[in-house]
Amino acid sequence: MLRFFHQLGSPKHFYRIAGRWIPWLAAACAALMLIGLYQGMVVAPPDYQQGDSYRIMFIHVPSAWMSLFIYIVMAVAGAIGLIWHMKLAEVIAISSAPIGASFTFLALVTGSIWGKPMWGAWWVWDARLTSELILLFLYLGVMALYSAVEDKRTAARATAILAIVGVVNIPIIHYSVEWWNTLHQGPTVTKFGAPSIDLRMLIPLLVMAVAFKLFYATVVLMRARVEVLQRERNAQWVRELVDIS
Amino acid sequence: MNTPSLSRAFALLLWRDLLLAYRRRTEMINPLLFFVLVTTLFPLGIGADPALLRQVAPGIIWVAALLAAMLSLDSVFRSDFEDGSLEQFLISAQPLSILVLAKVVAHWLITGLPLLIVAPLLGLLLDLPAASISTLLVTLALGTPVLSMIGAIGVALTVGLHRGGVILSLLVLPLYIPVLIFAANAVESAGAGLPIVAHLSLLTALLVLSTSLSPLATAAALKISLS
Amino acid sequence: MTGTGAIFCLEASGLGCVRDDRSLFEDLSFRLSSGQVLLLEGRNGSGKTSLLRLLCGMRQPDAGEIRWDGEDIFGLGPDYHTHIAYVGHKDGVKHDLTAFENLKLARGLAAPNLDTSIEDALRQVELWGFDDVAARNLSAGQQRRLALARLLVTRANLWILDEPFTSLDSRGIAIVETLFSNHVAHGGMLAVTSHHQVQLGDAETIRIDLSS
Repeated sequence: MLRFFHQLGSPKHFYRIAGRWIPWLAAACAALMLIGLYQGMVVAPPDYQQGDSYRIMFIHVPSAWMSLFIYIVMAVAGAIGLIWHMKLAEVIAISSAPIGASFTFLALVTGSIWGKPMWGAWWVWDARLTSELILLFLYLGVMALYSAVEDKRTAARATAILAIVGVVNIPIIHYSVEWWNTLHQGPTVTKFGAPSIDLRMLIPLLVMAVAFKLFYATVVLMRARVEVLQRERNAQWVRELVDIS
Repeated sequence: MNTPSLSRAFALLLWRDLLLAYRRRTEMINPLLFFVLVTTLFPLGIGADPALLRQVAPGIIWVAALLAAMLSLDSVFRSDFEDGSLEQFLISAQPLSILVLAKVVAHWLITGLPLLIVAPLLGLLLDLPAASISTLLVTLALGTPVLSMIGAIGVALTVGLHRGGVILSLLVLPLYIPVLIFAANAVESAGAGLPIVAHLSLLTALLVLSTSLSPLATAAALKISLS
Repeated sequence: MTGTGAIFCLEASGLGCVRDDRSLFEDLSFRLSSGQVLLLEGRNGSGKTSLLRLLCGMRQPDAGEIRWDGEDIFGLGPDYHTHIAYVGHKDGVKHDLTAFENLKLARGLAAPNLDTSIEDALRQVELWGFDDVAARNLSAGQQRRLALARLLVTRANLWILDEPFTSLDSRGIAIVETLFSNHVAHGGMLAVTSHHQVQLGDAETIRIDLSS
């Protein structure tokens, strides 16, 4: 087991192992997503208040979960890279940022579409949406810093610090925004605060959540492979690889 | 490494930065002018109805303070980076985080403290009641050091970049949001005669947290930026 | 001056440095002891400055390690820094402070409770009399000498110098060379890059050419 992790730490083996995993992860992701979508769009009953429009939840909620989850992964991987000088952790951290930003964006768009019939406006300064918007800014900051620093190893280490600072601040920001929201608007309609969610709704939601996680795993490995190739482009094994193909 | 030598290094650097600022004292005016100017723009943009101004004044003054604090941030490490002093701090026998703390405290005394002096004036311009003005001062006293502390991390990350300024605002402004929320709300609540103990406790907590953690993060960021 | 009589040793093994995807040097090893000089040679961009910054502990080597008396310098941290003094491309001189204030600051940062004489240091670089002049009003050569005077107010054993003779006139070069030979003669160490031929009497010199 230990040897396995050690091997995974070397760029060459990571490239090989990740290449083998990607098709399986992608297939599992596609299967779960089809099941989840079918269950969510067809099997689950319409909501007694919102009718069918609530079904966007099966995209919105997992996206929102992923947006936070990926930020945490990014910070943890960044910290591992800083402390143990593990290059692979740096690669994972930096490959995660654009995916996380995309999920955050997706959560914002679906949230605003979902809110339109309920609030009558595309955008309402709802606590969750506002937090999500700030999270998007945090992601964009990480990506901007990474692209601005020329030496990519330095860039990865700098963004790791930023991601860690961000992770410490996220709970504070989240709490302050909730607080601000209750002070200014009074409690808004909570979208899925219903204490007992129908099991036929809950199952597709969880299936979709797992499918989104698999999607992230697939894409992050694909991005990380490209990043590894770019970083190691002067290494012998990369040259051999390019020669063959 | 003993405590007296730590506090001596801290005091020495604080003295140095204050002396440097004194010798370039004309530059200290700029963030202040910016603070006043931005605040003046709002009545021109949204109309001069006193009732409206009174309602939005806490937010305006705090947003202006936030921007003024951010604009002045660049000077925390810029000149030390350019003339090589920062390298000397890095290989100093004193822990970098203590030196960073001294620099940020000096920076706040130079750029943050003056905001407190003109803020009451701006309060009068926007027709804030007296209770709100005193609360405004307390929130500025508690909040602007937090801005300096958080901002220092951002500056340390961008100090080596050619166009660090724009990125700096992207990195730092989202992290300023909690301070803005608690502080502006405190001023508003004070105007409405509501209790503000909770706001002030939260701001104090942010101050304690940022003072203890930010020098470490800033020092780590500086080491990376200069490597 | 060092004057402690202690013997120290700086040891590098298998050092490698990659900058912007380009390998500057690989598998570099050397050993520098008290009373010796390390002279780095090589073309521009061959990694001399990067190597000096590695020796200062400002940058982590991409391969290999640097040990001070057998201990990794990154493990030692600030304790290692009490043994070194560095003058780089940038002088590290504050233009708005006087020569005296600059050195006072350098002394305070170098090591706790140093009582080395600032007057003495300024006399040795022939800047006494300019002690209350703001550094911005000194000539480029005088500023360089002020930067080098920093070496004298610390008790560092190892002086790490990046092109110390830049912008010095012949008199300045002679002054600085005297400082260097005194330091080495008292058991100090020197790691230096220079385009100028350094005259250091009979000090034992290790030459490393990074171009090869």
